[in-house]
Amino acid sequence: MDFNDTPEEAAYRAEVKAWLDANAPKRAAPDDGEGGGAMAASKAWQARKAAAGYAQITWPKEWGGQGGTPIQQVIFNEEEARHPVPGNPFQIGLGMCVPTVATFADQATKDRFVGPALRGEEIWCQLFSEPSGGSDVAAARTKAVRASDGSGDWLISGQKVWTTGAQFSDFGIVVCRTNPDAPKHKGLTMFWVDMHAPGIEVKPIHQMSGGSGFNEVFFTDVRVKDSQRLGAVDDGWKVSLVTLMNERLAVGGASGAGWREFMEAARGVPGLDGAPALKDQALREKLADWYVQAEGLKHTRNRTMTALSRGQTPGPESSIGKIVSALMMQDLGNSAIEMLDQYGIINDPELAPLHAGFHSSVMFAPGLRIAGGTDEILKNIIAERVLGLPGDIRVDKDVAFKDLPTGR
Amino acid sequence: MNFDFSDDQKFLKAEARKFLDANCGTARVRGVLDDEGKAYDAALWKAVAEQGWLGAAIPEEHGGLGLGHLELCVIAEELGRAVAPIPFASTVYFLAEAVMLAGNEEQKAWLLPRVAAGEIIGAVATSEGPGVLSAATLKATVTDGRLNGVKLPVADGDIANVALVLAKEGGKPGLFSVHLDGEGVTREALKTLDPTRDAAKLTFKDAPVIRLGDAGEGFALLEQINDRAAILLAFEQCGGADRCLEMAKAYALERYAFGRVIASYQAIKHKLADMYVKNELARSNAYYGAWALNTGAPEMPIAASAARIAASEAFWFASKENIQTHGGIGFTWEMDCHLYYRRSRQLSLVAGAPRVWKERLVSHLERRNAA
Repeated sequence: MDFNDTPEEAAYRAEVKAWLDANAPKRAAPDDGEGGGAMAASKAWQARKAAAGYAQITWPKEWGGQGGTPIQQVIFNEEEARHPVPGNPFQIGLGMCVPTVATFADQATKDRFVGPALRGEEIWCQLFSEPSGGSDVAAARTKAVRASDGSGDWLISGQKVWTTGAQFSDFGIVVCRTNPDAPKHKGLTMFWVDMHAPGIEVKPIHQMSGGSGFNEVFFTDVRVKDSQRLGAVDDGWKVSLVTLMNERLAVGGASGAGWREFMEAARGVPGLDGAPALKDQALREKLADWYVQAEGLKHTRNRTMTALSRGQTPGPESSIGKIVSALMMQDLGNSAIEMLDQYGIINDPELAPLHAGFHSSVMFAPGLRIAGGTDEILKNIIAERVLGLPGDIRVDKDVAFKDLPTGR
Repeated sequence: MNFDFSDDQKFLKAEARKFLDANCGTARVRGVLDDEGKAYDAALWKAVAEQGWLGAAIPEEHGGLGLGHLELCVIAEELGRAVAPIPFASTVYFLAEAVMLAGNEEQKAWLLPRVAAGEIIGAVATSEGPGVLSAATLKATVTDGRLNGVKLPVADGDIANVALVLAKEGGKPGLFSVHLDGEGVTREALKTLDPTRDAAKLTFKDAPVIRLGDAGEGFALLEQINDRAAILLAFEQCGGADRCLEMAKAYALERYAFGRVIASYQAIKHKLADMYVKNELARSNAYYGAWALNTGAPEMPIAASAARIAASEAFWFASKENIQTHGGIGFTWEMDCHLYYRRSRQLSLVAGAPRVWKERLVSHLERRNAA
């Protein structure tokens, strides 16, 4: 038992390190204020990685990858994180959308899209969630109907929501209702769409945390060719499962203030009777619990990496990350602001500890507990796929979609 | 990255499970539970000695198998899973580890082969009553090599041959070895929450002792001993917690209520998912502890604390929610749920309560991060 690379991994790490030292940016690029971070810098860095085969290491060579192993991708990510590289707005496209297109589209479409996406020239978004259904993706109401002109084209109308990066995306994959007379899973069809097509309107969502990282996307009679269809008509559920398989990997755990930041803050804040808050036994117990959870997650990742390193499929333990870290982020942030007592209501970065980092945790954590699988859906996944317990009873399974009760 | 047990260690674990399935079913555990006169399962103890487990981490020159601590960890996990009614922890994790850590050559040569052969049962006697023991409250004394004082509870104190005792010598806390079969020792069995593990009150009156380690180093040495034991105990706790999840799952899949198996209700599914998450966090922390124990890393106090806190929490949660999942039948003596519930209490308290370990962890983090 150790934390060392195998000789092959060490050699790969050395190669990657040398390439990054020679090629990675030396300074962080400034945010351009458009919600996509430093977009120009991101695109330039992506192009550079693609040219060297590092954009998607596990992809086959004919797609521009290296045909590498998952552990090689992990090694690259670890080494890349040591450099001030710009954000990666390509991950949803490369991790979820493009593999879906590559699996279901014809060769010409594949040839058209894979390269530009890999090089960061085109950005993709995933249009699944709707106002009426987040966890219940198969309840999508956005409809696609054949155009009446006999062209075989489709007209898409409806609304998607929580679409990350839609404001700067060039293409998207969208799941639509094509047969409301069939039960919900059997009447969906998947298409790829040009996000610049007439009839598509992107509106940023003003989050409760204040920022706007997600969008609403409105479709009004958006015309798409039948050749943009991915998979068979009414077979879109199967297609979306291919996309969603990769989502858990794309939505990471919580970042930001952790036990270390809490401990440092507690050293300098007066607690009961004027002693530092860090001497407060109740806070010390919480600190211990957070440390133990954070370490548990860190070493769970080490176990996952070990499986990858041995060429095995990681065990189900890798599924616990977000469920633990998102709730911890919320509780730790809240305990930190309660530690400030009355002063805790101030979230001015000039005045609040950690530039109001604990306040940011409190305000962002609710979103993280929902995004990419709510706590409740993730517990269902653990119960059903890991422990083998029965699925929930589905009262909508054999009912025509149009006859389902909808509520609001 | 190689953060897992080796194939050989996994093989040993599988063999240990097979052995315990055959020799330590819960009927066997109940043989100790239901018989007030029985402090442990002597036949199982003998069989475990024959397997070589008592000496797994003891060097070959001292009659052990000379394997290592990772091997001891996988055995510990299986013993915890089986709620084995034997003084393994007291003898191996505490006494043998303490002597390997701080004993002189003579002490090692005398004690270790006897532990490995199953001829000696060990105990650690620190507590003197309710509450957390400290240098300020420690009452037992050693004068001219003679021990006086009262210790309770002492896990396996009723059956042990040798105990390590914390006492003050010339006002300084030290750790001393005492032969419990010798003069000046009175034993009194105690009723405890987990009757499958023995405990006693020991009264010492001028009992002859030999010091282990340096004078005045009693608490420092005890902390090192507790760190090692905590990691091994954490594996027992992980084994027990995983077994609770298995029991809860099996029952939930066969029990019907309101026309369907209770495992199909989210209230039960999410409860079991929570158990799984806690068990995995405990396992990952225990693995890090195993690494620290095996390499003697300076991170050991922090790794051991984290392993103990996570494992105590996981086993407590799994053992109580296992009963809850079973409903009324889980509250009966005949159902095995309470064996795990009891053992989870025993393991969480025997080397100091989780609350004490949390304080210890934060103190170490404070010092590490200040430096």
